[in-house]
Amino acid sequence: MTEFLQQLLNGLSLGAIYALIALGYTMVYGVLRFINFAHSDVFMVGAYIGYYAGQHLPVGTLGGGLLVLLAAMAGCSLLGMAIERLAYRRLRGAPTLNVLITAIGVSLFLESAGQAVFGAAPRTFPMVFPVRNLRFAGLAVSSNQLVVIAVAILLMIALQLIVFRTRIGTAMRAVSLNPRAAQLVGVNLNVVISFTFGLGSALAGAGGVLYALNYPSIDPLMGVMPGMKAFVAAVLGGVGNIPGAALGGLILGTVETFVNGSQWSTYKDAIAFAILIGILLFRPAGLLGRAVPEKV
Amino acid sequence: MRPLRLLLLALAVASLILPLGAQTPIKVGEYASLTGKEASFGQSSHEGIVLAFEEIDAAGGVLGRPIELITEDNQTQPGQSATAVKKLIARDRVIALLGEVSSGRSLEAAPIAQAYKIPMIAPAATNPQVTRVGNYIFRVCFIDPFQGTVMARFALQDLKARRVAILSSVSNAYSVGLAKFFRETFRSAGGEITAEPKYSEGDKDFRAQLTAIKAAGADAVYVPGYYTEAALIVRQGRELGLTMPFIGGDGWVADELLQIGGPALNGCYYSTHFSPENRDPAVQAFVKKFRARWSGANPDAFAALGYDAAYVLVDAIRRAGTTDGPALRAALARTRDFAGVTGATTIDANRNASKPAAIIAIRDGRLAFLKTVAPAP
Amino acid sequence: MPKPLLALALALLVALAVSHFGDRIDPYFLDVLIGVGINITLAVSLNLVNGYTGQFSLGHAGFMSVGAYASAAITVLLGPRLLGDSGGTTVQQGWLFFAALLAGGAGAALAGLIVGIPSLRLKGDYLALVTLGFGEIIRVVFQNVDALGGALGLNGIPNYTTVFWVYATVAVTVFTVVCLVRSTYGRGFLATRDDEIAAESVGLNTTRYKIAAFVIAAFFAGIAGGLYGHFKLTITPTGFDFTKSIEIVVMVILGGMGNTPGVILAAILLTVLPEFLRPVEQYRMIVYSLLLIGLMLLRPQGLFNLNFGALVGRSRRRAALPPASAQPPAA
Repeated sequence: MTEFLQQLLNGLSLGAIYALIALGYTMVYGVLRFINFAHSDVFMVGAYIGYYAGQHLPVGTLGGGLLVLLAAMAGCSLLGMAIERLAYRRLRGAPTLNVLITAIGVSLFLESAGQAVFGAAPRTFPMVFPVRNLRFAGLAVSSNQLVVIAVAILLMIALQLIVFRTRIGTAMRAVSLNPRAAQLVGVNLNVVISFTFGLGSALAGAGGVLYALNYPSIDPLMGVMPGMKAFVAAVLGGVGNIPGAALGGLILGTVETFVNGSQWSTYKDAIAFAILIGILLFRPAGLLGRAVPEKV
Repeated sequence: MRPLRLLLLALAVASLILPLGAQTPIKVGEYASLTGKEASFGQSSHEGIVLAFEEIDAAGGVLGRPIELITEDNQTQPGQSATAVKKLIARDRVIALLGEVSSGRSLEAAPIAQAYKIPMIAPAATNPQVTRVGNYIFRVCFIDPFQGTVMARFALQDLKARRVAILSSVSNAYSVGLAKFFRETFRSAGGEITAEPKYSEGDKDFRAQLTAIKAAGADAVYVPGYYTEAALIVRQGRELGLTMPFIGGDGWVADELLQIGGPALNGCYYSTHFSPENRDPAVQAFVKKFRARWSGANPDAFAALGYDAAYVLVDAIRRAGTTDGPALRAALARTRDFAGVTGATTIDANRNASKPAAIIAIRDGRLAFLKTVAPAP
Repeated sequence: MPKPLLALALALLVALAVSHFGDRIDPYFLDVLIGVGINITLAVSLNLVNGYTGQFSLGHAGFMSVGAYASAAITVLLGPRLLGDSGGTTVQQGWLFFAALLAGGAGAALAGLIVGIPSLRLKGDYLALVTLGFGEIIRVVFQNVDALGGALGLNGIPNYTTVFWVYATVAVTVFTVVCLVRSTYGRGFLATRDDEIAAESVGLNTTRYKIAAFVIAAFFAGIAGGLYGHFKLTITPTGFDFTKSIEIVVMVILGGMGNTPGVILAAILLTVLPEFLRPVEQYRMIVYSLLLIGLMLLRPQGLFNLNFGALVGRSRRRAALPPASAQPPAA
């Protein structure tokens, strides 16, 4: 029983990270209808920003840790908006295939540039938050895991508030429903799209720092697998749906953890993709999504 | 870093070729993972080889000719070693090959070296399969059956661990092989393997597997993988409340092991080919020369093996009196008790070297040389 | 004899001739030549799916790996039993290799069927990710099959690949793809690419075309995989990962999706260039990625999308024009 609960706890903290990254994917897809492949590499850049920030800011304190988190979120936000401005803006209206290929190109560029600049060998991420190992009822929890869960929940609540209670959030929702109509009622498409990218990338940056806190070894390719799994989580929950991304992340994290702890652990990479294929075959709209019929 | 190294090498060789007259240099090829995920291993062995070649040239070269190293980087990518080696053999016309530290990549190049009858010496590839490719393939390190046995005996006798869990990588041939050999020896000596979860290279989260180990119970955990994952495994294990020793193999050898693992690694042990703390005068002399050449860095097992591989090759060239393939191969096969910094190297009938293993303990955040385990006579 | 068939026969003869003189050619050059041929096969086969049928597949390396493992399993595991201790004559080895390649292609085609059927309802991004996922699943499966070497991979594959086999394959692949697409049946592929809904509404079974494209492309990728395995002599599951798929995709995009001559040129360029760029190997991926982005932004139809037909047509028309001084007929 203890093992089950412990695995559940492990799954929750892993799932929280997948949820954070999935939120970025889902937001961009909701507004622009394409998968931003480069998202997972923005996540990686967030971890590296956190690494370098951690060397200049006081670490080991709550304040220091929060500063590092904010630095990573701000840096990634700018990066995301720059990518949108330079690579994606000209392709608005182009066939989705072209945008997809460009996204792959940006992703590859960030990965290979990262390898050239940072070196491919892994680096140790500093412990920017104070670390305590807690034990209760036979379960072991690291304070970093709790930080991840807490920050993820807070960011998700903040995101919900922004999307549903602010003007720019309403504009985002309008653009995701019908971009032309939104422009007709005066929404500035460029501003909204930039903001969406900025917000999604900030979440990715936060995810990067939180991931690096729990798994302190960072390298330029660290975003590839978590990115793909987070995308699966987004699809699982229903792409374009914020609570869906959170739910998808939690489910995927938990399932993966249980598979990892069992005798089938060698297949664990395949599990995420099997889930993706399954959900696309049987319930393409995702668990919380609604099937939208395609108008011809 | 790399261009600088090449420049230094070029200058070193150039400055020595002139006094030696217009003699054609003996060309030796090296293929290594100088960049990419396992760059730390490849760069270490490269540094050892370069130091050896510089010393040899400074002492007058081989058979009256300077010796030149031509290096190709395979970027830790599968498929690249084959092309690199073909280029070295066909274009650069090397008379021998040095490489690699990874068994997987050595296996890519070995068939080509064998087909072209160019002797190849692997500094640190430990999977037995490598030398089975053909009689032109040699290695100067011990093989995994021995390494697995060393740690299995260590666990049983020194750590008094009768129940051990093995956490190995499923995507890394070295890890799979080493786990198998440990398991076989441990079981036949009366131990019990309580759990055997797996992970993939590049994984960061091992809590699930460690929780399973915790539930199954173990006196020690064997982690025959690379330092990148091993450090994280031990760290997470300690967080989950696993206090038993974690033990490993030569894949743990890297400066970053302690950086990533931190204080969690105290009380852990691993087997390797070499320790810079070995009081043997030959070892200490090597350590001093290495530090002088490479800005104060300590040599690790891969550097030492690269150094020895280079010297074993040169010794064979001298004994053969020629760089001709078959004669060189025969001379290599006859290597007996060559005094290297990783121990006395004798090439056996399978073209493997029967070498002692060093066991390193981690105490107070530092590596401490524990003891040497000699191979069975 | 119809022209395409004549071209095919000619290509096979040339390949045979070059192969005969194989011993006199520098082995490194031969190496690159074989690499080029394998990449052309991969790129042209992927072009059928991505370029002519408009389905974005990112898992082509997975089919290559199925072909590589299947054919290697036959030559390594069954070969000694069939050929006996002596290793058989060259002719016998040739037949074994031929059979192994076909088996590899068939296995890959089956994989293409398995991947193709569920993926059909998916569009664009989703299809890309599912094909990527399948590629990864195939990799994980091979890592877990110990009979095929597991993580260590399969070694000791006999060196059967020669220039003849490779370029014969290239000739057959190009012949098949080009003739297929230009045929009446082949119009269906282009229609599926241009507007799937319109194609369905005029009665075209786009599902069947998409599956056909997947299966045929996978078949040739499987054969290319078999050639690759008997060329590198060692195959590992990680050697056929997402990175390899992307390399092939870049060739298709650079050449211009749906433009076979362009894709062939791109495959040649992208195989030969890295050999020249060996000293700056680590920047290769950076250049590739910037190339992808730049192409999409500035010239999405591909760098080599030279419209040969229009060029020829224009020069012919110019010759047929009457001289400028000719008087128009009196009104």
